[in-house]
Amino acid sequence: MLSIKKLEAGINGKMILKGISLEVKAGEIHAIMGPNGSGKSTLAAVLAGRDVVEIRGGSVTYLGKDLLQMAPEDRSKEGIFLGFQYPIEIPGVSMVNFMKTAVNEHRKHKGLGPLSASDFLKLMREKKELVEIDSKLANRSVNEGFSGGEKKKNEIFQMAMLEPRLAILDETDSGLDIDALRIVANGVNRLKRPDNSAIVITHYQRLLDYIVPDVVHVLYDGRIVKTAGKELALELEEKGYDWIKKEVDNQN
Amino acid sequence: MEKDQDDIINDITSGEYKYGFFTDIETDKIPKGLNEDIVRLISEKKGEPEWLLEFRLKSYRHWLTKKMPDWANLKIPPIDFQEIIYYAAPKQRPSLESLDNIDPELKRTFDKLGIPLEEQKHLSGVAVDAVMDSVSVKTTFRETLAEMGIIFCSFSEAVREYPDLVRRYLGTVVPYTDNYFASLNSAVFSDGSFCYIPKGVRCPMELSTYFRINAANTGQFERTLLVADEESYVSYLEGCTAPMRDENQLHAAIVEIIAEKNAEVKYSTVQNWYPGDKNGRGGIFNFVTKRGICRGDNSKISWTQVETGSAITWKYPSCILRGDNSTGEFYSVAVTNNHQQADTGTKMIHIGKNTKSTIVSKGISAGQGQNSYRGLVKVLKNASNARNFSQCDSLLLGDKCGAHTFPYLEIDNQSAIVEHEATTSKIGEDQIFYCNQRGISTEDAIGLIVNGYAREVINKLPMEFAVEAQKLLQISLEGSVG
Repeated sequence: MLSIKKLEAGINGKMILKGISLEVKAGEIHAIMGPNGSGKSTLAAVLAGRDVVEIRGGSVTYLGKDLLQMAPEDRSKEGIFLGFQYPIEIPGVSMVNFMKTAVNEHRKHKGLGPLSASDFLKLMREKKELVEIDSKLANRSVNEGFSGGEKKKNEIFQMAMLEPRLAILDETDSGLDIDALRIVANGVNRLKRPDNSAIVITHYQRLLDYIVPDVVHVLYDGRIVKTAGKELALELEEKGYDWIKKEVDNQN
Repeated sequence: MEKDQDDIINDITSGEYKYGFFTDIETDKIPKGLNEDIVRLISEKKGEPEWLLEFRLKSYRHWLTKKMPDWANLKIPPIDFQEIIYYAAPKQRPSLESLDNIDPELKRTFDKLGIPLEEQKHLSGVAVDAVMDSVSVKTTFRETLAEMGIIFCSFSEAVREYPDLVRRYLGTVVPYTDNYFASLNSAVFSDGSFCYIPKGVRCPMELSTYFRINAANTGQFERTLLVADEESYVSYLEGCTAPMRDENQLHAAIVEIIAEKNAEVKYSTVQNWYPGDKNGRGGIFNFVTKRGICRGDNSKISWTQVETGSAITWKYPSCILRGDNSTGEFYSVAVTNNHQQADTGTKMIHIGKNTKSTIVSKGISAGQGQNSYRGLVKVLKNASNARNFSQCDSLLLGDKCGAHTFPYLEIDNQSAIVEHEATTSKIGEDQIFYCNQRGISTEDAIGLIVNGYAREVINKLPMEFAVEAQKLLQISLEGSVG
């Protein structure tokens, strides 16, 4: 589904990703872990098409297409969803209006007509239940005045509405209490299908107690330095990142 | 990304002003220039009584003693008042009794503007007075309204049919000495709308005036006089458009509102005069004096304006809160894109006891537009327990535009509570990217964000017009983030 080859990218002239290669197949969940500043969020930004990131080399193929040539909104419509680490507030724009615009853009892309108001509200009700989101949230402005936990639940709610092929969750667990964490993870698990995939970016292993990954990668200093099964996450939790840093630094 | 935004900018700058057409219709014009003979000629053309001619002449003579105001934060090129034609009327002015007498070309013009003159075709519940250049061409639903005692007609007819009412109120809120453009308007005004809501009547439909400038080299100087007698209610709307031309055209109007005891007037404007091209060539100079007086106790006047057009806007719809417990409101969205300039705001004059005013101003600047809020809150000595809340927000799109806020407070009563909040923000690339990531294009994202920002004001408009205003905002700003 997603094939990243020797990807190099930077921000403001500073190299951050120094040659990343990664294959994600349909149905897989990949976890990307790593210490702060290792390039995890930059990788998410590249995949979503954020233009502050300069691509220096390498390629990204998504469902057979050159992803780096696609506009961010087209990536979204082709099924890439980014759960933001810091969801953005848009004052005065109601969640209903925002989601209706987004959902109908996705439908248009698939050659479908816009949803009727009642069908749309029905869909919203269903998906809200999935993430146990307060029903009043939908009438409030996008993320405005939401608590940290509400913002993250709102990301998963939007993901449920858009049913992506590839979900990239950027530190969705940061700042969540254990109840919110469970709800967010449940939402992700219930949306899992054999034909869709997820990349879960996290600093801590605790999210992976709930979302069980098929593969765990460790990103350090712009490179994937270790790839293994889910047991790697547990090892990291126990021993921290220092031993990996040492291993890598010794090799250099 | 970058290429996308350039494309979008190209899309708008290729001129998406869809009301810019010109109607080729025979027009009765008087010679250009301004002097006492011209003032007399206008009065004569309209068959006016002596007292009105005197009013005009007094105004004209006063105007000669005044200078163009220069205190606004505007760069106004010199205006040669002798080069303007002060009266232009589509020929064969129909009798207003029957639509059959209206020139089909005129009818087509208003159809094209979305303002059908046939009552059965019009949005139900909206009565329209259609004004082209210097005259009113048709007022719909007059008979229906007359059954309730509501007078809604062109200003000229009001002068003929209800001279006492006109004479009693004309110039009582905006005196002919008020300011340069008010004096000019009082001398040469040609038509406009008149509305009287009798005691105890709630006007069952929206009343509206649609202003169209068509002829070249003319100025439009109309007056609206709106009287809401005791215990009455009316919601009034105005809309305006003009052809695209390279020359600037002057529009200097006056609106006067009188609200008697327990009366409520809602006055909404969707201003979409031709704004000029992307290089700042052409466009309307919109220099307007709008003021209402809450004369009676418990009366209320509410101004809502969505200002997207005009090359230069200079207007301050104001409320004089004379009655005890009276309320004044001002809700405004003003957009300046390309080279547009706006200096707009309000004056709230608290005279009566327990008077309340609310000001919500939302400026949006894009391109090289300059947008100023200028507002006065004045509380007089005897106005005990006056309350004011002002909120002035500015939104900037891009880095070549400007937003300015000039709030003035004059408080002469210790019991007054006056609050002022102001914010300036830029449309964040973060916000746009967030929308993009959900599948929404940059253009639509800007529309969403701007409409969200302006929602508090748009929500004050009557439903049908709120939808129009939303579209208008989006069109005025498309692609302005670069």
